[in-house]
Amino acid sequence: MPPELLRMIIAAVLVVAFVFLNAMILGYMERKVSAHIQRRPGLMEVGPHGVLQLIVDGLKLIGKQLVVPEGSNKFLFRLAPVLSFAPCVLPFVVLPFARKLQIVSMDISLIFILAMTSINVIAILVAGWASNNKYSLFGTFRSVAQAVSYEIPMLLSILSIILITSTFSLQGIIAAQKYYWFILIQPLAFIIYFISGLAETNRAPFDMPEAESELTAGFHTEYSGMGFSFFFLAEYANMFTVCSIATVLFLGGWKGIPLPLGDYTGIFWFMLKVYGLLFVMIWVRWTYPRVRFDQLMTFCWKYLIPFSLANLLITAVLVKLI
Amino acid sequence: MENLAENRTAYTDLEPATDIPNENHYYLNMGPQHPSTHGVLRVLLEMDGEYVVDPQPVLGYGHRMQEKMAEHKNWMAFMPNTGRMDYAAALPYNHGYVALFERLCGIEVPARAEYIRVITSELNRIVSHHLWIGAMLLDMGAFTPILYTFDDREQVLDILEDVTGSRLTYCYFRVGGVCKDIDDKFVEKTRAFIKRQRERFDIYNKLVTGNIIFIKRTEGVGVISPDMARRYGVTGPVLRGSGIAYDVRKNEPYSVYPNFDFEIPVGRNGDSYDRYMVRLLEIEQSLRIIEQALDQLPEGSFLGKAPKKMKMPTGDCSFSVEAARGELTYYLVSGGGDIPYRLKIRVPSYSNLSVLPELCQGMLLSDLVAAMGSMDLVIPEIDR
Amino acid sequence: MNNRGYFGELWFGAKSLLIGLNVTIKELFRPIVTVQYPREECEITPNYRGHVELVFNTETGGCDCIVCGMCAKACPSDCLVVKGEKKEGEKRKSLTLFSLDFTKCSLCGSCVETCPKGALDYSQDYNIAGFTREEFHYDLIERLERRHQQPLAAAAGGN
Ligand code: SF4
Ligand code: SF4
Repeated sequence: MPPELLRMIIAAVLVVAFVFLNAMILGYMERKVSAHIQRRPGLMEVGPHGVLQLIVDGLKLIGKQLVVPEGSNKFLFRLAPVLSFAPCVLPFVVLPFARKLQIVSMDISLIFILAMTSINVIAILVAGWASNNKYSLFGTFRSVAQAVSYEIPMLLSILSIILITSTFSLQGIIAAQKYYWFILIQPLAFIIYFISGLAETNRAPFDMPEAESELTAGFHTEYSGMGFSFFFLAEYANMFTVCSIATVLFLGGWKGIPLPLGDYTGIFWFMLKVYGLLFVMIWVRWTYPRVRFDQLMTFCWKYLIPFSLANLLITAVLVKLI
Repeated sequence: MENLAENRTAYTDLEPATDIPNENHYYLNMGPQHPSTHGVLRVLLEMDGEYVVDPQPVLGYGHRMQEKMAEHKNWMAFMPNTGRMDYAAALPYNHGYVALFERLCGIEVPARAEYIRVITSELNRIVSHHLWIGAMLLDMGAFTPILYTFDDREQVLDILEDVTGSRLTYCYFRVGGVCKDIDDKFVEKTRAFIKRQRERFDIYNKLVTGNIIFIKRTEGVGVISPDMARRYGVTGPVLRGSGIAYDVRKNEPYSVYPNFDFEIPVGRNGDSYDRYMVRLLEIEQSLRIIEQALDQLPEGSFLGKAPKKMKMPTGDCSFSVEAARGELTYYLVSGGGDIPYRLKIRVPSYSNLSVLPELCQGMLLSDLVAAMGSMDLVIPEIDR
Repeated sequence: MNNRGYFGELWFGAKSLLIGLNVTIKELFRPIVTVQYPREECEITPNYRGHVELVFNTETGGCDCIVCGMCAKACPSDCLVVKGEKKEGEKRKSLTLFSLDFTKCSLCGSCVETCPKGALDYSQDYNIAGFTREEFHYDLIERLERRHQQPLAAAAGGN
């Protein structure tokens, strides 16, 4: 077996394992943080402080039957979870966890990630459409409209970083932040990116597609068992991706105080930053009510897009002058 | 399979799905099991996209024939049922029922008992508003406030449990008084709660009242004009949210309410936000009432002499109290004896719900949820 | 209230959102207020009204019930059955059956209040669960006897 292929296989296994691990860590974190915000102990029963709870939950979900509702498009109904899960694994392939820890280094890795993350919308569309459920359909429509509009400010804010670094390579962008993190010179872009990221990943307060109190569970109302857990995994994987891009673009990626781990020190700082951002996402979710759908759009078109355009313009001018 | 399909048609015949007036419209069943109908209310929505064209509440899923039950037993035996209609604020229901018989039979109630009734009823009102604030925010997708309000709610429930013996469906008042006296511990704990609650308002205000998302979701949503409120006979905080200062405690004072100095908070625009504000301010007014009542609390007996086997005089009688959701009226027709001929209970949530079809026409689904949440509907009370 | 203008709105909104975040982060580090039932339990008030229970009289070593049937009559849900018989050589009837159908009881307290002898009281039992309805058909005499074997518990239950 050629060594390159072997490396790829090991990498693929690691990535998938990490996606599951990440979902577990995040699920645990979310439940613990929300519990303590609400002044409850949260998970306590399985393992010390409930750390094994998510494993048990996972086993439960695997053991459950995927009920395919009658009148649904059975093929699409089964396809949707896979469609949602597969593309969200791929960005991990190009993420720079440390100086030497990147499975594939691509010149256009940023574009690759952005392309992959937007496939999720299609999965949601398919899931909602195939379910033959009005609530699912609502969730789907909202989700698509939302994802499409929030893509714009997101890309515009990323573009202002690209103007500075003139590279799409994630390692290149990290290398460009030699002396300072880009959040210092692009705070507005960071805020816009983060807000759009919340909307992209359907996180509260922009969790329109799954608004429990309105749509019972939105697009995944009809899903049970592994069908549901694929969406769940995909959601958490997407959150991770969004936050790691934010880390790379604005927070210096794996850069940090050197630790005695050689070239792999970076992974510690990288994870710290990413999970720090994820903590903020969770914190935000458990603080605010949900915005209304049209307000979400208004906010995007009235505030985010003009501001990101202005930011881009100013950046372009400054880059030209300096 | 044949059979199944046949049954299905028979079932769907029950739905008015065949006569959709506009072919672009469709029906959406919200409830009877839906996260935001808080119980078994079903709202049949005629929708145009995400817009609600015609919402029709369908009632009766929790009907228990309370009024009929009252006609079948000794009137004292109906007492525990009163606490089971509005489970979120049962004491005003107790109050109305015992006061009805006190009026009908001309029974004197000791002053201390009346004070205890007012204190506990107001505590119950606060508890109910706590529950509502949490549930309303839950409807709008905020999960944390309900835990904070429940933290406060538990404090009051502990106080109430200590004196009434139960936490939710109270059966505490008796004709001629209450069934257990309050002690110094109660007074002390209640005062501690008042202090604590006043401090907690800060959190409510920061987390909810001033939150831009909350304001945007509620301001101008579900506007009930004073005229519309009058037409539907809307009561309680919903009516006061529309700017009409009607409160049974002021307009038709009962018990010892005239002894207290309190205000009726009213809204300006009649939207969901005003209804929220009215309830929040009402908590403060209730705290004031309790404070004054504790200061003035007279000594004496807590249960007056009421004849054990009471015969009602013939005739009719009605009594209204301000329950947590609005005006609650008991109307009783007696043919003598000890079993009522007819007991009519006019519950506030019912009339508040009846405004829904007109109110929510043309609304977004999300707004419907917020508007319905702001009504503070308790379904077992509507269905009885 | 609505005319804060474009930037005013942005400023107001951002401020309110940050205030909200500040509240929740503070709460995050405050101690928890719930208990992990059933590992820990809250203290329950002695005034709690559970299902009714016969009171143990320490002097006579039994219960005070005179089988007058007032409680059963007063019960709005007809869930009490009281039976007694006159044994030879005794002046009063003695209790042979006292059953409570707790599935129907509304915990109203009428029985406790009407009892002329104070032979009934509320129990402190709130941890009740069962698999069948019959488990909630209590034989109060039997329960009394069971408690009687542990006199301390009986005294606490009597309040
Ligand atoms: S508490 Fe009420 S319902 Fe229960 S047994 Fe006693 S009288 Fe009957
Ligand atoms: S009312 Fe009291 S004394 Fe009479 S039967 Fe009931 S428990 Fe016994």
